[in-house]
Amino acid sequence: MVISEEKIWELLKEVRDPELPALDIIEMGIAREIKIESGKVTVVITPTYSGCPAMFMIETEIRDVLSKNGITCDVKTTYTPAWTTDWLTEEAREKLRQYGIAPPGKDIEEIFNKNTKCPFCGSDDTKLVSNFGSTACKSIHYCNSCVQPFEHFKCI
Amino acid sequence: MAEFDVKTRELLFNYILGIADDRLILGHRLSEWCGHAPIIEEDIAMANIALDCIGEADAFYKLAATFDTEGRSADDLAFLRDSTEFRNVQLSEQPNTDFAWTIARQFFTDAFYVPFFEELAKSSYEELAAPGAKALKEVKYHLRHSREWILRLGDGTEESNSRLQDAVDNLWMYTREFFEFSDSVKLLYELDIVPDNSALLEKWKETVLPVLKDALITIPEDPPYFATGGRNGLHTEHLGHLLAEMQVLPRTYPDAKW
Repeated sequence: MVISEEKIWELLKEVRDPELPALDIIEMGIAREIKIESGKVTVVITPTYSGCPAMFMIETEIRDVLSKNGITCDVKTTYTPAWTTDWLTEEAREKLRQYGIAPPGKDIEEIFNKNTKCPFCGSDDTKLVSNFGSTACKSIHYCNSCVQPFEHFKCI
Repeated sequence: MAEFDVKTRELLFNYILGIADDRLILGHRLSEWCGHAPIIEEDIAMANIALDCIGEADAFYKLAATFDTEGRSADDLAFLRDSTEFRNVQLSEQPNTDFAWTIARQFFTDAFYVPFFEELAKSSYEELAAPGAKALKEVKYHLRHSREWILRLGDGTEESNSRLQDAVDNLWMYTREFFEFSDSVKLLYELDIVPDNSALLEKWKETVLPVLKDALITIPEDPPYFATGGRNGLHTEHLGHLLAEMQVLPRTYPDAKW
């Protein structure tokens, strides 16, 4: 069987970050590169945060999904270029918002200086509760308008 | 991978271990707050910062392992070395004591690591620059967090102010090891691989002193001597206790997998 890069990218869409199931690992920018050298497949991934505990699971799932399709692969981790929220497309940001997570801004200082828009009611009348949330990549906010706590994907 | 001679490889191994050990030991200390922090948001924040630190340590251990003449893995380096082989600054191993001590230790550390990682990210050795650039994004959030707490505690109640003052007074003597520019570091600096960390002391002061002042904390007089030796394996008694707890599982069950 000839393994094409296209086919592997297609299969990788099945793999999701367990902590952010709204997006697949391609939309997240975690899957960086696919190398095929004399039939040997290597998938290169990069962590969102150094200590992201989901990386091991993502690695295992990549292997599982590909092996179900008769493809064995190596998974390699890279730190260059360092993962950034800038890689999230407008479409991915909208998916996050619909899932109930305020999408990231453009600047690391933004969450401290500007109110984050509530993903539920769209109000700007919100406050930062903590810049560390349920996972390394999120901060916790509170919406005064719809009286709801919400999470925000931090700019990194 | 870049080619280095035997001597440079040895220097790099020790240097990278120093960074990894700083991050691991501090990360472990922070993890001790999990389930015990004063409020739930802080419990989560401490666990988050601990996770970042340990993740950063993992990246640096993996790189250090490529230079190890004994062929040890990242896990071996973290879990199977004794305290005299650890190269972290003594500040990282200081006990949590109370929340003010934890925050002071963190603030002093973050104020160094932000400019340090900024410089390390420019290293000509890409494998070392990459985890530096990654960690920089994380420590910026840490510094933001510890700085806010310094202000809140110092300019808070009489009790919080006196506790923070006590922490600053006691930890001050551990704040200079970051800036030691030993002959072996100098050799790596001359190869354009690592930054001149002694040059970062001024930056550190620019970050630390105004915040302490705003927090109504009296800047301590310089002590008769500053703690030194961590980078060569000389540690306070606290590190041994920390390692005993951190390493017990992999040492008791060497083949354990999780």
